[in-house]
Parts: sequence; structure tokens; C-alpha cells
Amino acid sequence: MAHHDVVTPVTEAQVRSWRTGDTVTLNGTLFGIRDATQIHLFDRGRKTRFDLKGHAVIHTAPNVKKVERSKAHPTGYAPVCVGTTTSARMERFTRPLMQGYGVRIIIGKGGLGEGSLSAFKDLGGVYLAIVGGAAALETTWVEAIEDVDLDDLNPESLWKFRVKGFGPLLVSMDSHGGSLYTEVNRAARARRAAALASLGVKT
Amino acid sequence: MKVDLKQVEETCKELYIRALKVLPPDVKQGFARLDAAETSPLAKKVLGTMIKNISVAEATDNLTCQDTGVPIYNVTIGRSVAVDGVDLEAAIVRGCARATAEHPLRSSVVHPITRVNDHTSCGIRIPAIHVTFSDRPEELTIQMIPKGSGSENNSWLRMAVPAEGVDAIKTFVVDCVLDAGGKTCPPTIVGVGVGGSADLCVSLAKLAAIRPLGTRCEDPEGAKLEQDLTGAVNQLGVGPQGLGGDSTAFAVHVELAATHITMNPVAVNMQCHAARRASATFTPQGVTYGF
Repeated sequence: MAHHDVVTPVTEAQVRSWRTGDTVTLNGTLFGIRDATQIHLFDRGRKTRFDLKGHAVIHTAPNVKKVERSKAHPTGYAPVCVGTTTSARMERFTRPLMQGYGVRIIIGKGGLGEGSLSAFKDLGGVYLAIVGGAAALETTWVEAIEDVDLDDLNPESLWKFRVKGFGPLLVSMDSHGGSLYTEVNRAARARRAAALASLGVKT
Repeated sequence: MKVDLKQVEETCKELYIRALKVLPPDVKQGFARLDAAETSPLAKKVLGTMIKNISVAEATDNLTCQDTGVPIYNVTIGRSVAVDGVDLEAAIVRGCARATAEHPLRSSVVHPITRVNDHTSCGIRIPAIHVTFSDRPEELTIQMIPKGSGSENNSWLRMAVPAEGVDAIKTFVVDCVLDAGGKTCPPTIVGVGVGGSADLCVSLAKLAAIRPLGTRCEDPEGAKLEQDLTGAVNQLGVGPQGLGGDSTAFAVHVELAATHITMNPVAVNMQCHAARRASATFTPQGVTYGF
């Protein structure tokens, strides 16, 4: 159960050394990505000018406000509330994100499925769980919106955040086939019969 | 009592923002109760982060969760309240759009086919506006629910048949909680609709999900069912965020309606741990805010 305080981007060797149960705090660049962003990147042939190689992406569509462009707000956007959405909807994009763009870390809530787990194993990646719904706290870890691409999809643009002390996040899926979600799900399903019996239901 | 529509618009703007920023006291108490009883160290950490987030949101005047949700306004009209319904709806829509533009808030609302976002949090039939009536004199209440999509995406209806009995209802609820896993941002309030027609059953599940914690179903059979189901789903060990633990649901709430002799419908709609709601009551004395 080690803790890793890292600056992005990271290497394959780094993420392969992380195991479920470890915690990670990120510093540097973090990219925000969402349903529409990935539909446009992978189904509609759009491209991004950002280099995501070795980077972390977070499943988000932030609340932002328009401000005057300045050194602190180079895009003319200031973060209002940056949180995290349910990852499962975006399951099919994990492998193409890693294969096509070299992404190493996906941050989200609720976990991803078997396809993602095998992509993490084959290509060297991890899923980091953040506490969903804790967006006010998460926002305090975001220093600035450094850049934005595909902004016609706003709020589902491809966001480039600068973060500091972003975490601790929990390694809940690793590159060795470990998934806390699979473990919890298996245990919960094993308790189904007892739960139903307590309700007087015969199974 | 004549309703001032300008005040309705202003209040509906305020309600959206309030709901997103301050969690109701019963939900805060629910967190304290779960945290005190939780036995998994990881789950306690997750609950601790959620509890910390509630105070950070209040201290920084920020939204508790970034999901501004599907905006829902529940209107309850008492006796002797004079209001033009069409104008009332229009005032609610304007208030919702103004909250989005003026705070500003993320508009989470798109056209269902083109997926175009007008950045107003409004669209065809959205905000959802539900009107009911009460026998309270000279009183109009508007409740605002920003319903988060993580929990809303996990909604179910099953048209079971009478031969399956109440066991079908119980089994369905347990299986929905298992299927939801961490996707609904547990701990949740599991809303269960039992009976009615298909549409009524789903509406009841939503009503159950947004009922304050600590309240009980008015029907004794429903009250017994919700108590039993609360115990059962919390035996599963799904835990906060689906990462394991005792705290899977704050509670299971049940709402009932009579149904057809051939029917046995059950619906589930969950409220995530950011169980947000805000309300305002209009009386001849003015507007008072609550939850």
C-alpha cells in the first residue's frame, strides 16, 4: 500500500509498479475528457492538437466561467467547479485512448470493466478512483485551466488543467489484472442469497 | 393569495443554486450515522472525504458536486392560490435559465437526438415541472431537485406479475443495487415505486428517492418493506463508491400506489450521496427557504 507523489507525464515502468490499494497524488498537467469528447475523437475522426502521451485523463465536464484572458487564465476560462463523472459509460474508449494517444492513467468514479482491465494489462495503465460527488474539494486541487481543445463540445471540451496535490487517489485497477471493483462485486454477489433470505425470499 | 411571478422567477433561480451548494440537514445527519457505524477502514476514508467536501463547498461557496443535473421543479399549490399556470411555468423556466447564465452553472441539458447544448439548462420539456395540490391555505411551495445523472442513469422498471408476489419486488431491489455497484455514487437513497401503472410506478420511485431521510412511507406495509430492504441492501457490502463497506445506502424508501389485478410493477430510482434538494414556500407573508 505505497503512496506515489508524481509529476505527469509518467512512464510505463512507473504505472506498472503501482498496485491496487496504493494511493497516488498528481502534479502538473491533467486532461479532462468526457463522453462527447471521445465520441468525436474515436467515432467522428476528430483530432486533438494536445500530446497526451504518458498523461492522465479525468472523466469530467467542469463548471467554468468566462473571464478576461490573463497569465492566470490563458484560455479565458476560470474553473468554478471541477468534479468527476461515472466512468462506466466510457468503457469502450479506454483501449483507443491508450493505443492511439499513449494515455497511462484514467481517473474516474465507479470503475471500468473487463475490457479496460485487459487494456491496462496489455498496454501499461491504471485506473485511479476519485471520490465522486466531492467536487468542491477536487476544485481546490486545480490551479488553472491552461488550455482547451475541441471547445465546440463545451462543456465536454478536451480540457488541459494544471493541478497541484491532486489526490490522494486510489489505485483501484492496475496493470496486473487487479480490480477492486471485480473483488467487491464478486463478494457482493456472494452475499445476495443471504440478503434475500433475510427478506424471506427463497432462492 | 396572488402569486408574484417575478418573485417566482427570482426564487427559482435561487433554488437551483442553493440546492447545488448546501446539502439538507437530514443528509448530513445520514452521513454522520453511516460514518459512526462503518467498519471498513477504506470506506471510512471515502465517507470522510465526502463529509469534508460538504464543508469545503459551504466554506468556498461552491457546488458540492459538479453535476448540475437534470433540473426538476416540484410545485405544490395550496387552496386559494391564484396563479396562471402557463405564466407560472414560464417563470420557472426563466429562473432556471438565469441561474445557469448568472452564476454561471454548467448546462447539462442537450437535445436528445442532436445532442446540441443551448447552455441554458433548458430544452424540450426541461426543466421537468410537476404540479400537485395540497389543502394548505394560501401557500405555494416549489421544490428544486438537480438530479445527478450518475444515479439517474441507473433507473429500472419491471412489470412483474401477481404470481411472482412481493418476492419479485424484494429481489428486484436487491439486484438493482448489485447492478448499480459504484456507478450511482453510493451511499445512495434507494427509491422504490410499487404498484400503479408503469408511468406512475417510475414517478413513485423518484418521489421515494427525494424524500427526506428519517421519513417513512405512510402505508404500514410500505413502511415495513422499506425497513426490511434497508437492512438487506446494506448486507451486500457494495460500500461507498462501490469500493466495499457497510454503507451502501442511507436508506431504502418505498412509495406505493394501488395497481391492477393483473399487475405487480416495481421501479427503482436512486439518489446519489449528493442528495440535493431545496424548497421555497410562498405565503402572503413572503418567501421562506427550506429543503
